[in-house]
Amino acid sequence: MSDARTTTTAVIDRPGIAARPRPTITVHSAEAGRPRRRVDWSTVLVHAALIAAVILIAFPLVYAFVISTQAMDEVIQKPPRLLPSTHLVENYVEAWQRSGMARLLLNSAIVAVGVAVGKISISMLSAFAIVYFRFRGASLVFWSIFLTLMLPIPVRILPTYEVVGNIGWLNSYAGLTVPLMASATATFLFRQFYLTIPNELAEAAQMDGAGPLRFLWSFLLPLSWANIAALFVVLFIYGWNEYFWPLLITNTEEMRTVVIGLERLIPRSGTELPTWNYIMAGAMMALIPPVAVILFMQRWFVKGLIESDK
Amino acid sequence: MKRTVFPNRWLPYLLVLPQLLVTAVFFFWPAGKSLYLSVFKSPPFGGRDVFVGLDNFTALLANREYYESVLNSFIFAGGVTVLSVLGGLVIAVLANQKIRGLALYRTALLWPYGIAPAVAGIIFLFIFHPAYGILPYFLSFVTAYEFNWLLKGWIAMTLVIVATSWTHLGYNIAFFLAGLQGIPASVMEAASVDGAPPLRKFTAIVVPLISPVTFYLVVVNMVFAFFNSFPVIHAVTQGGPGNATEIMVFKLWKDGFVGLNLGSSAAQSVILMAVVIGLTMLQFRFAEKKVTY
Repeated sequence: MSDARTTTTAVIDRPGIAARPRPTITVHSAEAGRPRRRVDWSTVLVHAALIAAVILIAFPLVYAFVISTQAMDEVIQKPPRLLPSTHLVENYVEAWQRSGMARLLLNSAIVAVGVAVGKISISMLSAFAIVYFRFRGASLVFWSIFLTLMLPIPVRILPTYEVVGNIGWLNSYAGLTVPLMASATATFLFRQFYLTIPNELAEAAQMDGAGPLRFLWSFLLPLSWANIAALFVVLFIYGWNEYFWPLLITNTEEMRTVVIGLERLIPRSGTELPTWNYIMAGAMMALIPPVAVILFMQRWFVKGLIESDK
Repeated sequence: MKRTVFPNRWLPYLLVLPQLLVTAVFFFWPAGKSLYLSVFKSPPFGGRDVFVGLDNFTALLANREYYESVLNSFIFAGGVTVLSVLGGLVIAVLANQKIRGLALYRTALLWPYGIAPAVAGIIFLFIFHPAYGILPYFLSFVTAYEFNWLLKGWIAMTLVIVATSWTHLGYNIAFFLAGLQGIPASVMEAASVDGAPPLRKFTAIVVPLISPVTFYLVVVNMVFAFFNSFPVIHAVTQGGPGNATEIMVFKLWKDGFVGLNLGSSAAQSVILMAVVIGLTMLQFRFAEKKVTY
């Protein structure tokens, strides 16, 4: 039985597809003419539950922010003080200087962009070769790329470290990025995408005398921007948050990335008291860039997340 | 369908070369070396490798600490998977109701995915802090139990599970939402016309139709919890207290890089390799099903 609700617009916001306004269906039921508006309690309940979930999920971050604005005596007071204080600037300045944050953020940005661009580039090229050429060993190439999915860093950790050391890449940007650049998921995504492009495009390009590289550059690349943007967001976050690998192959202060360098704010010896306000200030600085990328590029992020895992 | 191909003979090899170089140098060679090392004993300070057959494996399997790390890995992976997949499903089903503000809710629920597990761990470390943390403080009104993760293993485990689930919840919500929106509106309307109550619609239609997504997410979350769990352990508990949060990947790292027991570390790598191969095959076995609604 239909309610007096007249706005059943149901804007289905699919990832990647801009929300299309649906025609509003006005239900002219007997009830619709009545002046009395019934409160739809189930909708209210759904909103209440969702808002509760949002608050619960946001709490740790909000709390971390609150701590990052307090002086140490406020941090440790009982009962815990849940309101921000006035020490935001001095805490962030102190955390910035103690941790060498400028360098940490620079390194993380270089690694995140480097890994994302590298993965996308070499995956595009391999997918292009697999789809648009017939060559001996193509399926071998395909399967060897597939196999990398089954070899995460922990299962090859010592020898990979050794290889990077032998090349002389310890404590270098090359060492931080190149070994992470192989990507089965990105390759499969581009392969999948190229297969949906009509054959006629390549035929037409060939008839116009365009060589393969010209075709890739002038035809495929412009068509691929949506996929590239989506992958970039996901891979940027992956690169920014990578922990195991930078921890292994860097041991100098100036090559640390921010997720590793943050640890420097936490004293491991028992004699020194941890300054939690500085630690939380540092944590905020480490998490703002990737979270901002998700918020501002949400559409691409969701597309990349869903499609790169098929 | 026959696809148009370009006739070049050498160009395709050039195009796949960068990817193949990276995979060969940083994936296959090291993985092979792991296999090799796992049957040798290497003196930590140089000298010849001695072939020892399966000794490294039998030593591991006779070691109580190793079993503990396996058990811890399963508790950790199971905890993260149950918490974040179940939580993700509930929230996604709520957000998928015909309500206003879906895009806004999705944004407000997704963002923790951007937070590195290590950073999330540090934030929860303070929330769980025995002296200043807000959680032990409020629990102290309810119970006299000493809620101190530095002393009690299960609390340390809860800490790392909750921190990891927090960052992973958004991922699951995104997938469940995509799956739920893939259910044709006509199916749901048909059920409404037949007078099916909401709960019945959920169990009879929604659950079966999104079961492929659920299965996929369970596998992905397991893989994630098994292999990407190192940061939160390393940054927060260091495997402690005792060995309560020492999971397989952490033990492998500790034995290899701190203890310099290369053979044992390599053997642990090989066992993990078997685990990830099994999980990946499971995932792809059912991958096609995921998209057939």
